[in-house]
Amino acid sequence: MFDGLFNWFYQFQVSFSFLLLSAIGLAVIFGMMGVINLAHGEFMMLGAYATTFLAVKGVPLALAILIGALAVGVFGAVIEMLVIRRLYGRLLDSVAATWAIGLILSQGMLILTGPSIQGVSSPFGSFSVGAISYSWYRIVLGVVSLLLIAGLYILFMKTEFGLRARATIQNQPIARSLGVDTARMYTLTFALGSALAGLAGGLFAPTATIVPFFGTNYTVEAFVTVIVGGANALVGTPLAAASLGVINAALGTKYGLYIARVGLLLTTIVIIRVLPTGISGLVERWRMRPARQR
Amino acid sequence: MPRRTSWLSAENIAFVIFLIFMIVYPFRTDDFGILNAAYFAALTLLALSLSMIWGKAGILSFGQTAFFGIGGYLYGIYTLNVLGSAQTWVGLAVGMLAGGIVAAILGWFMFYGGVNDVFVGLTTLALTLVLQTFMAQTAGPEWTVGEARLNGYNGMYIPQLSFGEMPLYGRPLYFVYLAILIGVYLLLRWLSSTRWGYGLLALQENRPRTESFGYNVRLMQVQVFALAGVVAALSGVLYASWGGYIDPSSMGLTAAITPVIYVAIGGRRSLTASMISSMILLKLSQLLASSAPEYALVIFGLLALLAVLFVPEGFVVALFNLIDRHLLNRGGGNLPGMTAPVEEVTANG
Repeated sequence: MFDGLFNWFYQFQVSFSFLLLSAIGLAVIFGMMGVINLAHGEFMMLGAYATTFLAVKGVPLALAILIGALAVGVFGAVIEMLVIRRLYGRLLDSVAATWAIGLILSQGMLILTGPSIQGVSSPFGSFSVGAISYSWYRIVLGVVSLLLIAGLYILFMKTEFGLRARATIQNQPIARSLGVDTARMYTLTFALGSALAGLAGGLFAPTATIVPFFGTNYTVEAFVTVIVGGANALVGTPLAAASLGVINAALGTKYGLYIARVGLLLTTIVIIRVLPTGISGLVERWRMRPARQR
Repeated sequence: MPRRTSWLSAENIAFVIFLIFMIVYPFRTDDFGILNAAYFAALTLLALSLSMIWGKAGILSFGQTAFFGIGGYLYGIYTLNVLGSAQTWVGLAVGMLAGGIVAAILGWFMFYGGVNDVFVGLTTLALTLVLQTFMAQTAGPEWTVGEARLNGYNGMYIPQLSFGEMPLYGRPLYFVYLAILIGVYLLLRWLSSTRWGYGLLALQENRPRTESFGYNVRLMQVQVFALAGVVAALSGVLYASWGGYIDPSSMGLTAAITPVIYVAIGGRRSLTASMISSMILLKLSQLLASSAPEYALVIFGLLALLAVLFVPEGFVVALFNLIDRHLLNRGGGNLPGMTAPVEEVTANG
């Protein structure tokens, strides 16, 4: 009984952290800037490569992951200044442009490093409950994703940067006229989203083979989570990752990976229809309700 | 009523040159070149399908490949179960009909539910990935429909379109494909010059205002989406019949985004530009793939990036406009939307 329950909980938290970490960078960029970054998966790939490269050279894994995330963040800032900046208000063009960037990145990595590089093994070993053995590292990933959400909450709700960023999302012209450098806010936000993608890539690196098309394993799930979550990365993305995690874990243990994925995508289609603003739109409406009744 | 202008425009001249080239080409090349060109014609229908909904009605679909795949797979399932060469043409109709019905249902689901703009793109993308993922797990022998084995990523064997006992091959195949491509192109151009087509242009600019002029905006969106679904399914049938084969990657992420890139580079507002750019880019990507396979996609990505950044109306449309303005003295050219604002979606919209 306990064994089965634990197994189910383990599968759920693996799905949850997988979805949350894949999606959070994309969600920050989409929620704040309205830009859909189709190069998200390739940013994750860059993070995974940087992390692996450093870790193989002997840098401690945690430090390697952080440096990787930072490097991808800087790279994201450069991309924002060179490309994304010119495309605000042209959503579909920014989609095409980021797709092209992703293509150049993954294919360029293939040319530079070949079809795959030597990976690092996942740390911390394993433990078993009943007859099944589990990986400690995946438990750590679950904890990290919760800490990440807490960190982002503090960043956006308690700091000067967060205040300016939220002002920019809510009303860009007014924020600008009140002295917020909105162009800089967009650059920083894009860099933050990129760094989060790099961080996710680095965190996943020990669990996967490192290939130039590493990112495509996560892209679809990331998009699904962002759509279901809606524009608010702090509220919507964790809730979406949790509810999709339940679906994914339930279908996955019963029918296998493919059917779980089909289930996720079908859920998304229905969610777009009944809740076009996602879960965060629903929360927003619920929060606004008493104000309207007054 | 649409304003009558002279037929002499860069767009029409380009079409005539394109048509002459396509007719002469098979007599100037070998069997391989002919087959190859037929393949391009089949895939270019997909670009036309996208150009019709995106350029003429402002509906961006990332998932036209869903209907492409439905067309190809249903054609295969039908022709494997109902044998006979005449039946291949019934199969073609079955594939197109299926694509149209699925598109109509999805269109009704989206447009009558108030789903628009980027969410249409995401819904259609989700649909095509659902189909890809589902088909990917059909490798086992239990996945058969009558005589047809779906076969997962190993791909499904598919009979070819045939006249009498002979499967289409070589020049006849090419000319059938070309005739279908040109026929669909002319049909779509004619449709966009009707009152209905101008209504689509209007709803692309402003839906509520178009509605207040008495147009049934949602119905028109569903109609054009279903029409594009039929064209995409036709493309899928011709592709599947051409290669005798289809697999789930034809509905995957890369396949789904490729037509968007072709149309964006050429110019989505013009069916002619989309058609020509799709043919050229298909050829280019093949040339690059054979001479420098690793660099092909990098170059292609750069090209798309440059187009989006510096020539947002599309390379081919920009060329049309230049010729119209400087050689034919047609003012700004007759292609709408040159200066019109593009999608106004802001961070808080």
